[in-house]
Amino acid sequence: MAEIEPLKNSERDLTKVEFSQVDQPGSVGLLGHLKGFWITFSTIFKKPETVEYPEVKAPTQERFHGRHQLNRHPDGLEKCIGCELCAWACPADAIYVEGADNTEENRMSPGERYGKVYQINYLRCVFCGLCIEACPTRALTMTNEYELADDSRAKLIFEKDDLLGPLRAGMLMPPHPMYPDMTDTNYYKGDVTQAHPSQDVNK
Amino acid sequence: MTTAELIGADPGWLITVKALLVFVVCVVLTLMSVWGERRLVGRMQQRPGPNRVGPFGLVQALADGVKLALKEDLIPAAADKIVFVIAPIISATTCFMSFAVIPITGPVTLFGHKTAMQLTDLPVGVLYVLAIASVGVYGIILAGWSSGSTYPLLGGLRSSAQVISYEIAMGLSLVSVFIYAGSMSTSDIVAAQTSWWYGVVLFPSFAIYAISMVGETNRAPFDLAEAEGELVGGFHTEYSSLKFALFFLAEYVNIIAVSALATTLFLGGYHAPPFLGFTENWLGGWFTAIWFFSKVLVFFFVFVWLRGTLPRLRYDQFMQFGWKVLIPVSILWILVVATLRVLSLQGAPRLVVVAFASAVVFLIMAVNIGFENAKKKKLEAIVDNADAPSFSLPQLPVALTSINVSNNKEGVDRG
Ligand code: SF4
Ligand code: SF4
Repeated sequence: MAEIEPLKNSERDLTKVEFSQVDQPGSVGLLGHLKGFWITFSTIFKKPETVEYPEVKAPTQERFHGRHQLNRHPDGLEKCIGCELCAWACPADAIYVEGADNTEENRMSPGERYGKVYQINYLRCVFCGLCIEACPTRALTMTNEYELADDSRAKLIFEKDDLLGPLRAGMLMPPHPMYPDMTDTNYYKGDVTQAHPSQDVNK
Repeated sequence: MTTAELIGADPGWLITVKALLVFVVCVVLTLMSVWGERRLVGRMQQRPGPNRVGPFGLVQALADGVKLALKEDLIPAAADKIVFVIAPIISATTCFMSFAVIPITGPVTLFGHKTAMQLTDLPVGVLYVLAIASVGVYGIILAGWSSGSTYPLLGGLRSSAQVISYEIAMGLSLVSVFIYAGSMSTSDIVAAQTSWWYGVVLFPSFAIYAISMVGETNRAPFDLAEAEGELVGGFHTEYSSLKFALFFLAEYVNIIAVSALATTLFLGGYHAPPFLGFTENWLGGWFTAIWFFSKVLVFFFVFVWLRGTLPRLRYDQFMQFGWKVLIPVSILWILVVATLRVLSLQGAPRLVVVAFASAVVFLIMAVNIGFENAKKKKLEAIVDNADAPSFSLPQLPVALTSINVSNNKEGVDRG
């Protein structure tokens, strides 16, 4: 088959080409203008949508990204293992973690390591939640708390103490030993449901 | 006894008291209107507006004023210091001055003295208001120029061009009122409206005045001077603290002043609305002030309503509207009004007057129909020309060419 020669302009019947017609909104009539005035006027008598914030607090969505929380195992040991994955995942470089070894006298978490220093800088954090996805132990999650304003830079760098979740019923304040006859794997599997009396060494 | 004679007999102390009252009324109205505007615009946007300071946020404007006064007062290094300081003073003082000739009440008794709440009554009162408004433009243009900065200069030029062009339309719209009232004194014009308001009789003038007063005060949708996206703050970009507060005050006093003038000239001033004339004697005549202020507030509401509804006009559209629509229309209207007035003053038979009026109406309709037809023809012409242009076009892609080949009815073998 011979090469196809493109048509010359003169051979094309360009007058028959259909130009697509687009409907323009055009100008509105007098009534259209009056409609606009009616909208603003009638809105005066509608209930404002405003939430009077400091007095009334609208609840956030369930999965709203608020302040972080460092969680505990049901016996009170910390979940964080100081792996720094959250810090590496953070796009804003807001997390600083320093891990340390657990010893028999000073055990903060099951397994070998725990997070010794844990800081989140809320001046940098963009609440993207990537740190939560990165955390292998579900140690780090987010709460719905959004009132994070303060008047100095230092106050907005949250330390481990500020971030750790509270001690709930059945929990003991670490450091304390692991549940008897349980390994860290049992911890992760959820076999430990509360503290054992033998763990209460601080009494 | 006319109002002019009535207030002519005022002793000096009464004039001082009245001047003070006018000033206080202006300032209080301004504070209240700033609050009212923010509340109203808020409601139009389905939010409550300021409601924190004082009951219903009533003291908000005062709090803002105090805050402004406590701010640092900056004068840019490049500014022309003296003019920079004078400009806001000019703006603020001139807008108060126009209130001097506005009749707020009918005859009343103040401290046992028979008088009327009007500071002074000039035979050319309305011209005086227009003159004062023109002087006020100096405040704007001097502020823009003396700031020594680009945006204020552009904003100042813009708003002065705007104010000047809309003042022409405004002045022209007033002419028919003068023709009908036979006077330029504000109190005489009010007195001439006892039976019919000029807003009804001279409705086109009223409409033109209403439009141009929005343009004159630099308010939305004509607030081009403060088009934030283009000019930052316009002429007052470089102003801060009390000097800025003065401009702010001037803007609102100006709104109140043009509304008051509109009330005086078109809505019967302090007179009660039709069928409520008996209320004018209540409280020894002071009740008329309530009518006056309610009319002013209605105007103010319209100002706010416009701001809440309309988007800002483009500068060229705005100027075109002023010069090509408002001014010619008002000139034509003046011709019509003058003719009608002369006819009726010279005792022409009713038939002639009616015939003339209907002739004018027919003429307008004929012109309008011709105009619409021309517009339609122009549109059709555009549609007719929607064919391909005659100049050469770039080559179409090859794929399209092959479609053409298959559609080739003449059977020319293209390969
Ligand atoms: S939420 Fe995002 S920005 Fe904030 S600490 Fe976690 S990873 Fe960093
Ligand atoms: S919070 Fe999670 S990811 Fe971050 S260091 Fe602790 S265990 Fe690792």
